[in-house]
Amino acid sequence: MTPSTSYSSQLWRRLAPELPADVEFDSCGTLWVAVDEEEMAEVRRKHRVYSSHGLHAEVLSPDGVRRLEPNLRPDLAGGLLVSDDAVLYPPCAAGFLIEQAKRHGVQVRTSTAVARLLPDGGVMLVDGSRLPADRTLNATGAWSPDLTPGLPVRKRKGHLVITERYPAFVRHQIVELGYLKSAHSVFKDSVAFNVQPRRTGQVLIGSSRQFDAEHSAVDQHIVDRMLRRALEYMPGLAGLSATRVWTGHRAATPDKLPLIGPSIEHDRIWLATGHEGLGITTSLGTARLLASLLLNRPTEIPPGPYAPARFAGRPATPSTVDHVDRTHSQEPA
Amino acid sequence: MRPVTILINGRPHQVPRGTVLAAAIAEALGPALRRSVSGQPRGPLCGMGVCMDCCVTVNGQPHVRSCLTLCEDAMEVRTNE
Repeated sequence: MTPSTSYSSQLWRRLAPELPADVEFDSCGTLWVAVDEEEMAEVRRKHRVYSSHGLHAEVLSPDGVRRLEPNLRPDLAGGLLVSDDAVLYPPCAAGFLIEQAKRHGVQVRTSTAVARLLPDGGVMLVDGSRLPADRTLNATGAWSPDLTPGLPVRKRKGHLVITERYPAFVRHQIVELGYLKSAHSVFKDSVAFNVQPRRTGQVLIGSSRQFDAEHSAVDQHIVDRMLRRALEYMPGLAGLSATRVWTGHRAATPDKLPLIGPSIEHDRIWLATGHEGLGITTSLGTARLLASLLLNRPTEIPPGPYAPARFAGRPATPSTVDHVDRTHSQEPA
Repeated sequence: MRPVTILINGRPHQVPRGTVLAAAIAEALGPALRRSVSGQPRGPLCGMGVCMDCCVTVNGQPHVRSCLTLCEDAMEVRTNE
């Protein structure tokens, strides 16, 4: 649980009543599941962290887990319910936020590619024309190093599978404790069990992580591993009909924290990238933090941990990947 | 060969052994056996298991492709779900 995730979760909860139905905001909660005593110790540690942030979390026995999610395998060691966590449908959430921005006078241009960011402010488009600006924000995620060369952001590929409609098969987002080991593993391809219910009754199944897999084609061997892992936790998934598999690339940084604030080389070029699997969750907090910094107002959370300047003095392209042992509670996939 | 009797939405329907379920349903109910997300009528299109428009619930299992299913005695079929 980083300040930005709890801050952003709060912001989403405040925004929720305004969100249209197609955003499918659902406070279904997250159920972390443990398979053994070592993972239960981690459950209890997470419970203390959540409680210390004033958030609702409840340690559950195996029976408690079973009652919440009857389709989980019966021999789990227990779990942690974070009841205020939510899921939503990102394309419509993004659409809503864009419409809100337009209502506040923002001009949105689509089908217009940026060739490069101008150090004096603004951008040059691929047609050669320039759009001047006092500040330019690079928020292009996994592709942010294309516009800001040398940025310590690497593409981290993930797969997702979505099923046909099976209402109430899954009631909460469910994550295995091993997810954190997967998110933090640096060198190996990894999978970790994660499912989310959609209001349609479809089940979204993840998750996987690969470095050095720049293509967006589906890697069947990874999907196989991911689904085998999912079946270990939820054997009934085997009987469901999958309708689609697809991939995405997360923006990963060496210390697992995003880059939010002025870039190192040019103070007119700002960054909001490197959020790995938490881009949607922390989007609102990132925006408010940026707004405070740009307007020179006091920020609501400390900006230091996310300052791009923390990477000053590193080689321009990361030749080593630092692995900092940091166990946040993450919103997966 | 003796015919088989299946239940379609609770009503018995007799067909020759080996009849494809989609055909049995079409004979009993007509061309539409489910609704799209927006409520439009839908029925089998490809007849070979890829369009997913022929899906019905068979013996409690949802999303079963009727074009790939043979009728069996006492099979319980629910449509429009």
